[in-house]
Amino acid sequence: MKEDSEEVGYMTSVSRPVKGCAGDTGEWRVFRPVKDEEKCNNCLLCWIFCPEATISKDGQEIDYQYCKGCGICAVECPTGAITMVKEEKQ
Amino acid sequence: MVSFKDLPEEELFLAGSTACQGCPSSLALRIAFKALGSNTILIVVASCTSVLQGSYPLSAINLPLMNVAFATGGASASGVAAGVKALVKRGELAEEPTVLVWAGDGGTYDIGIQSLSGAAERETDFIYVCYNNEMYSNTGTQRSGATPLGAWTTTTPGGKVQHRKDIAQIMIAHRIPYVATASLAYPLDFYQKMQKAKGIRGTKYIEMLAPCPPGWKFPSAQMIEVSRLAVQSGMWLLYENEDGETRFTGGTKRIIEGKVKKKPVKDYLEMQGRFRQVLASPEGQEAEDLLEEQVSDSIRRLHGWVPEYI
Ligand SMILES: Cc1ncc(C[n+]2csc(CCOP(=O)(O)OP(=O)(O)O)c2C)c(N)n1
Ligand code: SF4
Ligand code: SF4
Ligand code: SF4
Ligand SMILES: [Mg+2]
Repeated sequence: MKEDSEEVGYMTSVSRPVKGCAGDTGEWRVFRPVKDEEKCNNCLLCWIFCPEATISKDGQEIDYQYCKGCGICAVECPTGAITMVKEEKQ
Repeated sequence: MVSFKDLPEEELFLAGSTACQGCPSSLALRIAFKALGSNTILIVVASCTSVLQGSYPLSAINLPLMNVAFATGGASASGVAAGVKALVKRGELAEEPTVLVWAGDGGTYDIGIQSLSGAAERETDFIYVCYNNEMYSNTGTQRSGATPLGAWTTTTPGGKVQHRKDIAQIMIAHRIPYVATASLAYPLDFYQKMQKAKGIRGTKYIEMLAPCPPGWKFPSAQMIEVSRLAVQSGMWLLYENEDGETRFTGGTKRIIEGKVKKKPVKDYLEMQGRFRQVLASPEGQEAEDLLEEQVSDSIRRLHGWVPEYI
């Protein structure tokens, strides 16, 4: 972090923004949101309501590396296109 | 009219943070950042948000961010706002960034109120967002001045006996140019309020109700449903106050105009484990009545009267 202090010109600790600062948070999941493309009308509600930013705006694809399985997208989807399925842990 | 399609795709709140599943502060940050854009400096007051952003040397927030002491949201913003103005004047910054404070209800209603009040009185140019989860959640669910009557916390084991205070009205009394309340169930309303606040000079105060699944004891999947029912039951009123004029918005506007019927407060209380004990007790009915009365009282204060259909 020496360069950081020099860059900002005073003594401080600087954190860097990264995806997955808490690791692969997908491992926290107990239930996995699974989307049925046929039922999806691309309304974007799941995208806007996902607290974790793990649903893409384009195509509403779920990023399972980080999705924590909160289940909000499944509850808020107006067409029932998302179901929560129990994860099978090895 | 803004639609979801108009919201930027770029995420400044990065996936894989240390927040709990279904965290309301995370979602509020995501939407706020979409409204404000990347030319924003964030000041985080000690709270869950100090923790959910990740720990050194990594961060889930892709913005310049300063973590500050509990009581200092308003004071820190005053320094940063003066600093960016000086840099712009000296030509060292081309475009003035938005200064955004993010604080919990403990850091706002109780501990930060004097520094916030001072900054507002000095007409400091910044946006202050209080995400109100109605308790000190980071330290394990203690009561705050925002905890509603009847709610269980570790320091109100039988349910809180006092009503919460109305800090948005305290901020309106400072005669700042913009005060608004917001709900995560009405994301476009929140987005537009943040955008409006960005375009106004002076102190802007926005308060987001933040239903916290572990603290309020409901399943994370219901976070938006609980947010929505808070508005539908009148327990959380959505409005904005611009230059002293109050205007209802979202679900509250529809209730006040008589377009939809207000739901009973009980429907909202029953979704949350923190009210289970008081509802089951002999004082349950009284607590429910007191909360209904407080909803009517809040509407009366904001609107002048309570329409007979509410
Ligand atoms: C002066 C001081 N007292 C106590 C603390 C410990 N502390 C850190 S966060 C927190 C709770 C904050 O509650 P709130 O502002 O409502 O935010 P939340 O945790 O609910 O998100 C407390 C008590 C502190 N950091 N500084
Ligand atoms: S389960 Fe939760 S974290 Fe996962 S995609 Fe749905 S809303 Fe996002
Ligand atoms: S909420 Fe449901 S219908 Fe709407 S975009 Fe998401 S999956 Fe598709
Ligand atoms: S305790 Fe509540 S506010 Fe704090 S990180 Fe967890 S969900 Fe968010
Ligand atoms: Mg709090």
